Amino acid sequence: MTEFAHPPSATEPARAAQAGAQAPLVRARELTMAFGDNVVQHDLTFDVLPGEVLAIAGGSGCGKSTLMRHLIGLQEPAAGQVLYGERDLYAADTATQRTLMQAFGVTFQAGALWSSMTVGENVMLPMQVFTDMGAAECEQEARFKLALVGLAGSFDMEPAALSGGMKKRAAIARALALNPPLLFLDEPSAGLDPLTSANLDELIRHLRDDLGTTVVMVSHELDSIFALADRLLFLDAQTRTMTALGPPRDLMREGPEGVQQFLRRGAAEERA
Amino acid sequence: MRHAPSGNASSDTMAVNDETQPPGARWLSKGEAWVLELSGEWRGHRGALPDLPAPDLAGPVAVTAPALHSWDAVLAGRLWQQLEPLVRREVSVDLQGLPQGLQEILALALNAAPPAQEAPDDNPPPGLVTRVGARAMGSWDTRRQSLTFVGEVLFSLGRWLRGASDMRASDLMWQIEQTGPRSLPIVALVSFLVGLIVAYMGAAQLQRFGAQTYIADLVTVGVVREVAALLVGIVLAGRVGAAFAAQIGSMRANEEIDALTTLGVNPFDFLVLPRVLALLIVGPMLTAFGAVVGMAVGWLVAVVIYGVTPLEYVYASVESLTLPHVLVGLIKGTVYAALVALAGCRQGMAAGRSAQAVGDATTASVVQAIVWIVVAASVLTVVFQRLDV
Repeated sequence: MTEFAHPPSATEPARAAQAGAQAPLVRARELTMAFGDNVVQHDLTFDVLPGEVLAIAGGSGCGKSTLMRHLIGLQEPAAGQVLYGERDLYAADTATQRTLMQAFGVTFQAGALWSSMTVGENVMLPMQVFTDMGAAECEQEARFKLALVGLAGSFDMEPAALSGGMKKRAAIARALALNPPLLFLDEPSAGLDPLTSANLDELIRHLRDDLGTTVVMVSHELDSIFALADRLLFLDAQTRTMTALGPPRDLMREGPEGVQQFLRRGAAEERA
Repeated sequence: MRHAPSGNASSDTMAVNDETQPPGARWLSKGEAWVLELSGEWRGHRGALPDLPAPDLAGPVAVTAPALHSWDAVLAGRLWQQLEPLVRREVSVDLQGLPQGLQEILALALNAAPPAQEAPDDNPPPGLVTRVGARAMGSWDTRRQSLTFVGEVLFSLGRWLRGASDMRASDLMWQIEQTGPRSLPIVALVSFLVGLIVAYMGAAQLQRFGAQTYIADLVTVGVVREVAALLVGIVLAGRVGAAFAAQIGSMRANEEIDALTTLGVNPFDFLVLPRVLALLIVGPMLTAFGAVVGMAVGWLVAVVIYGVTPLEYVYASVESLTLPHVLVGLIKGTVYAALVALAGCRQGMAAGRSAQAVGDATTASVVQAIVWIVVAASVLTVVFQRLDV
């Protein structure tokens, strides 16, 4: 596996150096993901560093979203550990798991907004469940989160009335409800037009730069990866393990052949 | 093996020929090599190519098309069928004699990575005992999952009683409104019609003995104790249980339940508990309502058709309507409603992540609820009879 340990490159110098100086938020240790006897990925060991955008990429079916499900406590690994601080997410008791899981926000591919609630109620729910904020305060906070993601007027709208890009923004607002230090985004730009996708990238950049939010992003959108990712974790479908970890531009120049091919395709499209 | 496209091959744009040439193909032997020679108009022709000169052909093979006037995807497919086994056996195949477009298409198909070969299964097919065992284990797994589900619901109920539940009161109220008042019209209609049947058929039999005055006893006891609860259970299974399965199944397919879980919100508290509690509250109420409608219909039949006086019917009804009958009916209604809620939520939570799976879950919830209701009805009837209630 080629690893570029967040070198202070010309593009992301300060952030990478800063991130490297702090303790990781999440650590995956020798993680093996499997469905029955079918091993999807094995021996994944990496850290998620504070303040970075870590992109998880790879070919179709390599297990990107599955890895995210393992990191967020939805699917128990066949082997290995997912550590938040010093605590193993899957070895912890239910109460500890619940506490650990409040430390991150998640958005899913299609947004996964609760369809029986309005957009505002979606964003307010985590606050109602986990904080002692009053109704008015929750509403104010939810309206702020929606404004932050560019959906100021959508508080009373039904999720079904939103476009694909708006749903993803609303899902990010919901994920930000408890102001978590860590966000997991599953294919945030998938299925969006280039302009909407670029706007979403811009939003994620603001979350990282302005709010200091750490972002783990599953994506195969190379534009988004080059625009946002401080580091790229590449999962290989053939060898079924990670083959590279480092800044995307460094990997494009010096990474393994398969990773370079994957990334150069994007660079070529960019030039075209 | 050489089947890469060649830059100097002839173009696939065919020269216009005044005379239409019939499609032709033949194998020619050139020493150890074999050449498949194509000619004529192959566009629109669906005929087969000649068989390989030998099934275990090992020598190099070339395909040429000196007089091929036109071709289409059908010819490319036929060629691929012939050449692919050779390529797989690593026989050298030369496509340079083909038009460039045809070369490229074939090279694309022949170079495609073969699907991963599954390891040959050396094990003999499972015998009868193994198959029966596997099915029994599968059946046990299903039972175990159902028991686990019931256990989770009980834990959730416990958290609610301790005030530590994620359930929102507004969700409970909404579910009560959806399952209770909105079920009244259909419960009224079904209770009316079935009450009519019970009263009419019962009275017809009693009239033969001149005992039509006992219609009140028959209808009141039958409807209050058994029929109303059963009807409410079945109506709820179709109207509410299916909706529960579809709602929760859709949420699962759309990752909404995953979103709840990652927030640390217990899906059983948030989704299952309000539905179960709503039906526990609504079930006996609907049963009582159905029983009242059934008794009213009995009164109508007895008075209008069989000439029983209105007050006589009411008096007989009140006489026969004892507290145990009422309690048995309400207990049954509550149990059936709870079973409907459990079946609907269980199927929804276990649904797959596709539209088909949600449909299957909906169907399964109705079937499961009705089966459970029938089983519960039998058990409860025997138990209450044994207890002399």
